[in-house]
Amino acid sequence: MRSLLFLFAVFVAIGAAPVLIASEFWLDVVIMTLYAALLGQAWNILGGYGGQFSFGHAAYFGTGAYTVAVLQVQFGVNPWIGLVAGGLTAGAVAAFIGFSTFRYGLRGSYFALVTLAFAEVLRILSNSVDFTGAGVGILIPLERSLANLQFASKISYFWLIWTMTLAAFLVVWWIGNSRFGARLMAVRDNEEAARALGVDAFRVKMGAIVLSGVFSGLAGVFYAQYLLYLDPSIAYGPAVSIESLLVPIIGGMGTLFGPLLGAAAIHAVSEFTSEVTGDAPGISLAVYGALLVVMVTFMPRGLAGLVSRLGARRGARALAVERRHA
Amino acid sequence: MPDLAIIIPSVLNGITTGALYALVALGLTLIYGVLHIINFAHGALLMLGLYAVYYLKARFGIDPYVALLIVPPAMFALGYALQRGIIGRASHGRDENILLVTLGLAIVIENLSLFFFRSDTRIIDTPYSFETVDILGAFLPLPKVVAFAGAIVTAALLWLVMARTDLGRAIRAVAKEKKGAALVGIDTDHVYAMSYGLGIACLGVAACLLLPSYYVNPQVGHGFVLIAFTIVVLGGMGSFVGALIGGFVIGVIEAMGGLFLGESLGQIGIFAIFILVLIFRPTGLLGHRV
Repeated sequence: MRSLLFLFAVFVAIGAAPVLIASEFWLDVVIMTLYAALLGQAWNILGGYGGQFSFGHAAYFGTGAYTVAVLQVQFGVNPWIGLVAGGLTAGAVAAFIGFSTFRYGLRGSYFALVTLAFAEVLRILSNSVDFTGAGVGILIPLERSLANLQFASKISYFWLIWTMTLAAFLVVWWIGNSRFGARLMAVRDNEEAARALGVDAFRVKMGAIVLSGVFSGLAGVFYAQYLLYLDPSIAYGPAVSIESLLVPIIGGMGTLFGPLLGAAAIHAVSEFTSEVTGDAPGISLAVYGALLVVMVTFMPRGLAGLVSRLGARRGARALAVERRHA
Repeated sequence: MPDLAIIIPSVLNGITTGALYALVALGLTLIYGVLHIINFAHGALLMLGLYAVYYLKARFGIDPYVALLIVPPAMFALGYALQRGIIGRASHGRDENILLVTLGLAIVIENLSLFFFRSDTRIIDTPYSFETVDILGAFLPLPKVVAFAGAIVTAALLWLVMARTDLGRAIRAVAKEKKGAALVGIDTDHVYAMSYGLGIACLGVAACLLLPSYYVNPQVGHGFVLIAFTIVVLGGMGSFVGALIGGFVIGVIEAMGGLFLGESLGQIGIFAIFILVLIFRPTGLLGHRV
């Protein structure tokens, strides 16, 4: 229960941001950090807790984003309905990809490659059909109103992404404290052993990939409504897939707060590098790549691992207390 | 339905392109076969090779085919150093880590290239760039025919190294049974780095053969890397013959897809094959073990 209280405390603290930060620029940084935390937490469900490394989370992100955009532009559907639809279609794509890979027991490198290929297929398809606007992209017309899920003030966008991200973190808290999560982690640590104990590995992994896909899709919906423009390489290109996995890997895979730490770290680093290098093309991404190499080499448990190592003694005592009361 | 006069040149064109794909895939399959890792940095390293060939020509006037004496050895050294210095250290005995590290390397290399070389697409100008050769009534660009021959020769050389030399025997021993190889005195870290270096050297050869009929920009590796993955998966991970045949098959399929579906949608065929093979026959059409 303690971690849940702590989670709420952290989000309440983050909720003070619009009060404390007057500058539009820095509020945008906070919004994009929360958005990165949402993307990363979505990946973390499948990759961190489930041990299935997806290299193609753009497949779900892009589907959510295109769903809300296409429904609005081509069919005049309200984006609030699009928000729900975006989560559902992304979940459906995840279910399809999960079904076709887990069914045949694909894991590790093979799973990574297939997910990458699915995202590429979707990118090519969205580049070739008309209703997505093909290579030109799709522009959501500017009509700022609450009913239209478009806001004139960044503060409203802040609360939208705050709510979405909190929802993802609550689900992950639940995963960390439920039977479903225990099964998922058992499958991650040793699939054969888990199956021998009666865990239906296929079902558990399906659950994880669908949850993961839904939240990635919601991140896509937010992106579409915030920036009001999409094209195939934004939606389904490798950048989103990489950001999704980078955030939890830097922050700490399979931990509740890892994605938040990772998102904050990434944005701190990218703000810093763009200060220093003045937005030279490629440098901030090169730094991301270097971070990935350095973290995997020297800190495979991420920042959360570092935090827990520093607080190991205190933490161990707290955990013992919690266990006694549980 | 296009008639044979269009289909035959298209097939031949596909075969010559396929030879280059095969060359890129040979490096990938060698690395996979020995280190059991999927080298995500493959496309980025190919791109580096292409830039090396480009600058040798642009700055020093060295012909790409002469650069065959310079670029592949340099790429070998780079690959050796990368494996020994970075990839090998990061593995902590887990395949996922290597996957992530090579992905990280790819991101670093690509974006540093973007920074240093800018995003402009560059081509080189050689006296033979637009020469053609008449084969079966189809006029093929000379550089593509040379590339085809070069790819076959490289594959044969690689096969000779693997089959006939001590290094090849050591590589095969480590690939089959790492602990056993270490027990009989093989320096496995060295062999790993040699294998990675050889795989990257293949990219150097591919770069020299490719540039006269192609272009280079910081993203050029993307197109190749997924195709190379497809070939390797199709041919069976770690299989040389599989990579060669897979390369030709994919080259022809791409050419046919482009002919019937158009340039952009034509690529779908490749990915569809990729996904289907991975799902239904992850050991490849010729492979026998995962």
